Amino acid sequence: MNDDDPISVVLFSGTDDRLQAAAVLTAGAAALGRPVHIFLQYWALDAFRADRIGATLPLAPEAGPEGRAAVDALAAAGQQSWSETLRMAKEIGEVDIQACSLSMDLLNIEQSELDPLVDGVEGVTAFFATASSGQLLFI
Amino acid sequence: MAFVTSADSTTDIVRLDAKGLKCPMPIVRTAQAIKEIASGQLLEVLATDPGSVPDFAAWSRTTGHELVASDVDGGVYRFVLRRK
Repeated sequence: MNDDDPISVVLFSGTDDRLQAAAVLTAGAAALGRPVHIFLQYWALDAFRADRIGATLPLAPEAGPEGRAAVDALAAAGQQSWSETLRMAKEIGEVDIQACSLSMDLLNIEQSELDPLVDGVEGVTAFFATASSGQLLFI
Repeated sequence: MAFVTSADSTTDIVRLDAKGLKCPMPIVRTAQAIKEIASGQLLEVLATDPGSVPDFAAWSRTTGHELVASDVDGGVYRFVLRRK
């Protein structure tokens, strides 16, 4: 394992907290010079739609009302949205974001409807070929 | 044989104010800023995020940009890095 081994992330969740966690992990890896490959599935893909990317999304069930208040407080203190964190991650390092083609079918959308953060569409086979070295996360 | 070095480029210190920024922004902004200075030049970063102490040490080790100084004064952390 080398310091600059890639990190592959299967990003499935469409809640604000998990998307932000994924964005922070991605930015941290990018800052260390580790290439990051993100594969968007299901509700995460849905969150990357151009007309949804700025929306306030729900939080994971375990957040509860206290969690919502804590997340809102951090945002009010200046924390950027998860999409802005990902844009910055792309500026400082190698971050590639692919949409899962099956999930594109599920949501009945085309690439043109996705935010420019998404670099392309691929299937699991191409993703696993990319993910064969380095580490793999599921969020 | 004499090697000519530019002393000026290593004494000019570029300053980055990351106070108030939360993880991962101090490191992200540093990664951006370090690309814009010359090799051998110094970058000073001020931060208030306590997690930045182990973060800057780890970032320096991994990226190879030397952490020349790491101290704290009244809740403000100061890191000085030399671009490799």
